[in-house]
Amino acid sequence: MSNISRQIKDDVSIVLCGEAGQGIQTVERLLTRVLKFAGLNVFGTKEYMSRVRGGSNSTEIRVSSNRIMAYSSRIDILIPLDEDAIPHLQQQNRIGDDMLIFGDKEKINASRDIIDVPFSKIALEVGGVIYANTIGVGMILALLGVEIDVLTAFLGDYFRRKNQDIVDKNIAAARRGYDIGRGFSGPGKIDIAIERHPEVRDEIIMSGADIMCMGAIAGGCNFIAAYPMTPSTGIITFLAQYAEKFGIVAEQAEDEISAVNMAIGAWYAGGRAMTATAGGGFALMAEGVSLAGMIESPLVVSVGMRPAPATGLPTRTEQGDLDHVLYSGHGEFPRIVLAPGNLEQAFQLTQKAFNLADKFQSPVIILSDQYLVDSYYNMPAPDISRCNVEQYVVKTDKDYKRYRITDSGISPRGIPGYGDGLVNCDSDEHDEEGHITESMAVRTSMVDKRLRKFELINKEIIPPELYGGEDYETLLIAWGSNYAVVKEALKKLKRSGISFLHFSQVYPLHPSTAGYLKKAKRTIIIENNATSQFGQLIRRTTGIDIGHKILKYDGLPFSVEEVAGQVDAIAHRQGEQLWI
Amino acid sequence: MDITAYESGNIDIAWCPGCGDFGILKIMKQALAGLNIPPEKLVLCSGIGQAAKTPHYFRTNFFNGLHGRAIPVATAVKAVNPEMTVIVESGDGDIYGEGGNHLMHAIRRNPDITVIIHDNMVYGLTKGQASPTSQEGFKTSVQVDGVFEQPFNPIAFAIAMDASFVARAYCGDAPQTMEIIKKAVAHKGLSIVDIFQPCVTFNKVNTYQWFKQNTYYLEEPYDPANRTEAFKRSTESGKPGLGVFYVNGRRRIFEENLGVYRDNKDPLYRRSLERAGKIAQFFHSVK
Repeated sequence: MSNISRQIKDDVSIVLCGEAGQGIQTVERLLTRVLKFAGLNVFGTKEYMSRVRGGSNSTEIRVSSNRIMAYSSRIDILIPLDEDAIPHLQQQNRIGDDMLIFGDKEKINASRDIIDVPFSKIALEVGGVIYANTIGVGMILALLGVEIDVLTAFLGDYFRRKNQDIVDKNIAAARRGYDIGRGFSGPGKIDIAIERHPEVRDEIIMSGADIMCMGAIAGGCNFIAAYPMTPSTGIITFLAQYAEKFGIVAEQAEDEISAVNMAIGAWYAGGRAMTATAGGGFALMAEGVSLAGMIESPLVVSVGMRPAPATGLPTRTEQGDLDHVLYSGHGEFPRIVLAPGNLEQAFQLTQKAFNLADKFQSPVIILSDQYLVDSYYNMPAPDISRCNVEQYVVKTDKDYKRYRITDSGISPRGIPGYGDGLVNCDSDEHDEEGHITESMAVRTSMVDKRLRKFELINKEIIPPELYGGEDYETLLIAWGSNYAVVKEALKKLKRSGISFLHFSQVYPLHPSTAGYLKKAKRTIIIENNATSQFGQLIRRTTGIDIGHKILKYDGLPFSVEEVAGQVDAIAHRQGEQLWI
Repeated sequence: MDITAYESGNIDIAWCPGCGDFGILKIMKQALAGLNIPPEKLVLCSGIGQAAKTPHYFRTNFFNGLHGRAIPVATAVKAVNPEMTVIVESGDGDIYGEGGNHLMHAIRRNPDITVIIHDNMVYGLTKGQASPTSQEGFKTSVQVDGVFEQPFNPIAFAIAMDASFVARAYCGDAPQTMEIIKKAVAHKGLSIVDIFQPCVTFNKVNTYQWFKQNTYYLEEPYDPANRTEAFKRSTESGKPGLGVFYVNGRRRIFEENLGVYRDNKDPLYRRSLERAGKIAQFFHSVK
């Protein structure tokens, strides 16, 4: 094996691929944490099939000298755990000629060269097949030049709740793997050089789902009702785990209809509630969203997108539900749609969603997707000193009227049991006291009152962020989870005259949008859907057509290479070469 | 407490003259006054339908939400503020039709709320179609050959699900109905009270006279703790029974089993949401 020679600098992409149930998640969890512990920047994301056992799933772990938060289709090191792994990745065009493949030669039975590492056999020698994963972790760490002491110290802590025998065997397995890795690495052999940063060790590492939940907690969320649905199941799971610690009511509802009505009922009684679902579940919540609009209830809904229509590709990613969340719910009422671009934004915007919902007494939708929810990377812990829980509930007096007509359109919101007044709300059109009415005059004034809230909402729209110079000719446009991938692609393109505009609030659109677009000679929108829903929204709002579209809807996220390549191809067709 | 505490003054009531809803409205107010529940401490939740308008004719807090969805709202209200008395009041179409799934799961969850169903065996607000409890053969503009589906039996259903409190009343008998409602509201756990009520406009079969002649009261020494006997009574053919069919006070209460109330009984609105310390501690743990 000494003839294998490869130099990798600054950025390495490691992919594990195998059946569900083979322990990929265990390796992923262990590996990313120990890498961070060693001071290395890590990013992880996964794609998986909708099944509990079997199939082919893969996890990518990128290790880099710089901070990274995007998916790369490039694989430098592949560890296939079964025969189907290589064909599975081939289907995604990810098997390159110069990748290093380590695996059980007998088990993998690949048509191409792989570096034989008999993981299973060694694991049996250590004490059982289960240790194969730790052997793999040991090997990768050796290849990355992490010291063995760092690994053993970490393992002792990581497995501290297990008995000593398990700790010892894991350390023994890691050492065996480490020795194998050492055998392959060094100058003239596999030579990977990634910069380490001591401060990374003290950073946090959490998935998109988990950090969104922390955002909710920081926003004062104390109630969640949800029905499990991929990719949002992680939200109620996390909040249920920490319900007692943070004082949260977490209830699995019988269906999404119940979930959204519970959330609204909870706000009515003085809670700060959310629900979480995917597009299909949100379809069932549509009437509830409209109810929140009518009774002017705050509501926070986290919608994780996955490919649809109907059940679609349940475990995969897409940005196909923008129109769905924009237009679901009958009637005319204000709403806010936020679309976090990365984990930092996922935290901040979920936190903010509760304040916005309470302030404007309107539904706020946080639109994410499977890719964002299932991705993670090391980052400094969010600054919670800036997270104020803004509460707008008023104590009622005897003459309290829930729907008092006001200039701003916002009627002070009381809750039952707090004060001397009574709090009445009605899904029918209602008068100031909340009683059914069919008075045309009252109807008109109530519609006007509800819609007046738009004026206030419009004053607080999060502006899009421009990356790159102000004097661009080409403007890339993306929203939500494509933030990091486009940003990294932009860096890769290394070209002046091209900038990137990212939207983390997609509705209402910020008034600066048109100005940014008008300045560009060429506009290119990047969306994970088939019909450029955001491009259409921009046109409806600004009257401006986006010139070029880069769309993807096969269920996978965009990779950095894809975005860079397609942007370059568009330029190339017009006689320019952006790619360097 | 005096019943006038619940009177909201001169209001335009949308019910037909002679509607059974009037009787239930009055009985409800009397029962709640009898239990000394101040209007400020009560939340009435309803869905859509003629019965679901009841809260508008009450001086109290109310949430008149979507068709069929009163139970999830009421469950959440009670979970967020257990100090409130929470009552769902809606019709047979609302609770047994549109919201049937929620009733089933509310029985499993067992929040300490009361569900009052105005059961007139017909859809009134949409003008006379069959409801889940319409009797076989009942002819309407939609069920032109008469209903062929078997009517839903809410009492047997609730007993089979081991609901905490199951009763049926007839609104034409105010004193008995009031006693039943008082027991239901005072009961700890989910209480279900199906109240027979004539629809004078769209149900010419199940009239005041019909209910009077075709019901009977569960007589002494009937024991509502005996689930087998309760189920037997609830499934008998012939005249439906009235009274408290079944009580199981041993069921655990939803909101009392929530972790948030283990050491602190305060409703959520009175609690501090200052969590910075705990959040920092959490982030430290995921380093």
